[in-house]
Amino acid sequence: MSKGQKLLNWIDDRFPLSSMLKEHVTEYYAPKNFNFWYFFGSLAMLVLVIQIVTGIFLTMNYKPDGTLNGAGIPVAFASVEYIMRDVAGGWIIRYMHSTGASMFFVVVYLHMFRGLIYGSYKQPRELVWVFGCLIFLCLMAEAFMGYLLPWGQMSFWGAQVIVNLFGSIPVIGPDLSVWIRGDFVVSDATLNRFFALHVIAVPLVLLALVVAHLIALHEVGSNNPDGVEIKKLKDEKGIPLDGIPFHPYYTVKDIFGVAVFLIVFSAIVFFLPEMGGYFLEHPNFDQADPLKTPPHIAPVWYFTPFYAILRAIPSFLGTQVWGVIGMGAAVVVIAFLPWLDRSPIKSIRYRGPKFKFMLVLFIIAFIGLGMLGAMPPTAGRTLISQILSFIYFAFFLGMPFYTKNDVGSVPVPTRVTETNGKCQLQFLVLVAVTIIAAYLFGTNV
Amino acid sequence: MKSKIRHLIAAMALVLPVSGTVLANEGPALEKAPIDIQDTESLQRGAQLFSNYCLSCHSASAMRYNRLEDIGLSEEQIKANLLPDGAKIGDQMNVSMDKKDAKVWLGAAPPDLSLIARSRGADYLYAYLRGFYRDPTRPTGWNNLVFDKVGMPHVLWEMQGEQVLKTEKNAAGHEEHKLELVKAGSLTKLENGKANTVEFDKRMADLTNYLVFIGEPAQVKRHQIGYVVLMFLGLLLLPLTYFLKKEYWKDVH
Amino acid sequence: MSEQQVDTGRRRFLTVATSAVGGVAVAGVATPFLMSFFPSERAKAAGAPVEVDISKLEPGQKINVEWRGKPVWLLSRTKQQIADLPKNDPKLVDPKSEVEQQPKYCQNEGRSIKPELLVAVGICTHLGCSPTFRPDLAPADLGPEWLGGFYCPCHGSKFDLAARVFKGVPAPKNLEIPPHKYLSDTRLLIGDDK
Repeated sequence: MSKGQKLLNWIDDRFPLSSMLKEHVTEYYAPKNFNFWYFFGSLAMLVLVIQIVTGIFLTMNYKPDGTLNGAGIPVAFASVEYIMRDVAGGWIIRYMHSTGASMFFVVVYLHMFRGLIYGSYKQPRELVWVFGCLIFLCLMAEAFMGYLLPWGQMSFWGAQVIVNLFGSIPVIGPDLSVWIRGDFVVSDATLNRFFALHVIAVPLVLLALVVAHLIALHEVGSNNPDGVEIKKLKDEKGIPLDGIPFHPYYTVKDIFGVAVFLIVFSAIVFFLPEMGGYFLEHPNFDQADPLKTPPHIAPVWYFTPFYAILRAIPSFLGTQVWGVIGMGAAVVVIAFLPWLDRSPIKSIRYRGPKFKFMLVLFIIAFIGLGMLGAMPPTAGRTLISQILSFIYFAFFLGMPFYTKNDVGSVPVPTRVTETNGKCQLQFLVLVAVTIIAAYLFGTNV
Repeated sequence: MKSKIRHLIAAMALVLPVSGTVLANEGPALEKAPIDIQDTESLQRGAQLFSNYCLSCHSASAMRYNRLEDIGLSEEQIKANLLPDGAKIGDQMNVSMDKKDAKVWLGAAPPDLSLIARSRGADYLYAYLRGFYRDPTRPTGWNNLVFDKVGMPHVLWEMQGEQVLKTEKNAAGHEEHKLELVKAGSLTKLENGKANTVEFDKRMADLTNYLVFIGEPAQVKRHQIGYVVLMFLGLLLLPLTYFLKKEYWKDVH
Repeated sequence: MSEQQVDTGRRRFLTVATSAVGGVAVAGVATPFLMSFFPSERAKAAGAPVEVDISKLEPGQKINVEWRGKPVWLLSRTKQQIADLPKNDPKLVDPKSEVEQQPKYCQNEGRSIKPELLVAVGICTHLGCSPTFRPDLAPADLGPEWLGGFYCPCHGSKFDLAARVFKGVPAPKNLEIPPHKYLSDTRLLIGDDK
């Protein structure tokens, strides 16, 4: 017996290392027909690691202090420029963290979209989906609090606007806002507590939720693009006929996915870190000034769909809380998908025309709302936002009705199918059309 | 699939109201500033202008004097031409004017300029530096075309001369504001009513270039490292991981 | 599953090659993080050499200057004090400054570039207190043999006017002499000797 084997045995007698590796990696069977949409889970984990590591190193040099230094610059704002200029390699770490924040949402939205089109939220995977929605909620809180830290104009006023939203809650609202802020306006007190929550509290919760998400997933096994339950057909050894061990097949495939992602990520970090003002917003290069409101306050791009819904809902009975409720409902309703969708068919490949139609409308609504949320409101834009908000909710809340008896023309197969070149081309055409449509919409609305 | 595309196009038609193509930005379109942060001579001229004309009121407190070695200046050159008395080469570009005093004297404290190019953009700064005109209604006697009622006096007036605001109707019948040079400065010429501002514009391009540089001194290095990283990833890591995946996946199906 | 033989040679090559390139990638990514630990420009500026004007320094006078957060003494020694230095040698731990507590150009009796000016870091080599300046001759508390020097109040360590440590005291080494150079007869640069 080799020394390595002896060491492994010693560990295995005291810690389930080999059995865990077997159960979750080398003898964990995943469907063999994973496609492009299945890269985003492992990429989300990669981005989480990137954010944590870059975040730790930023914390070594960042100071959460809203008071002014000798040159009249808030210490927090100045510490970011200290990282950008005076700390060796600091600018790389900063850009990785700011790019990672936006890429986190790109990856997570695509990851969620995969769940939507393949029915990955359906029984028995409801808990995987619910944990995922909780992760999404925590991610939004984490991004929101992180954005206050650079203490620029957009940091300050964005936080001011959002915390004031809580003030619209009847009776307890104003006191609640003061309690959240720790002051009567967003101030040094708010900055310090958001720093603590952003650096340690929410990341710990996020890590715990990711672990729960993966444990729940491994308990039932992954879904796949055909929505076929691979555990239903096993060979004489008990291995799913359409399953392959995660290692080496998906480790090697995910590593390729990581290489592609790193190219996109690096192109942004080194050549387009501001992304035209969407990843690093121009007003945020001005220090926070409580006495000067910027002409146009908008949340960062990944919040804009929900912000558009918030603005679309008018005030009734003297309170604006309906918009807040609407925005919250737009996030929470996603978690109810497993119970709203009444169709037993999982994958969009075999679903009926009603669901496909509603899904296309939903995509248009989500992208449209996202674009409108970044623009200053006009009467025309508000009207379109209201229509799109209606469509957004109709997609979810109408499901109990339009998913019943909605059957596709192709029957659900018993075995997974091969990748289809024609399907891939149609998909790419759809993406191109969507991008062109979004551009035309954005420049004309 | 076909029905999906049809539905998408139909929906597109719904959401394309041609409601007057208005530019997203407020104000007139700005001329593109000729920026080239690899042009070290331009940056050096800009550094001199900044030291002479701006640093008495505006700090650039995130920028250290010794960082100017990145634009090809030696420590001796920086000490001789750009370092104020009493400052050390490693110091930040601070000003002695107290912010509270400045607010009283000028109406608004002159902002720190370390990041002005990243928050306003080079085109705006280029227009601003050339956009001062005579305005007797203002306490300083000057106003600015892109920053109405600005508190800053026209510190560059000796080089530019004097401009006045002219309002006229353009081809489309809309009112347009233009600036006209009525008195030449040391870097501008006025011959037979024709203004030649080429020299002054070049100096302002230098100064804008310099402001872009101090906004992010690491920019050139960022691009250099970026090329190396992308080539490494694209030409080495990507093909290797691709072939590795393809090789193992021969087992499947 | 597989129809043809598994080409293990190719697999091993690709795995090793990808791992090697991956290792380079990891090293590349780690670099800015490890670099960020080095002193920043702010730390370097704060630790920069200090220029001192010594034109007004009188013989027998000591002035203090701060460099890298430490007190640096500039002592103008009188002719008598310079002449008295060798008399202390038998009572000193390291009279010839053989232990590297000074730059090479200060390895002499007076531990200085010019014998009239001592430049020393005023931190006791025992536990870091700052010794007091005792130029007075034969005071009651330091004995009749005292020819002037520095006395550390914390644990009683004694140093002579060349900042050399006496035998029989807790401090083990002579006081540190920082790198320094004369920019002119009246200007001294502490912290740099290139």
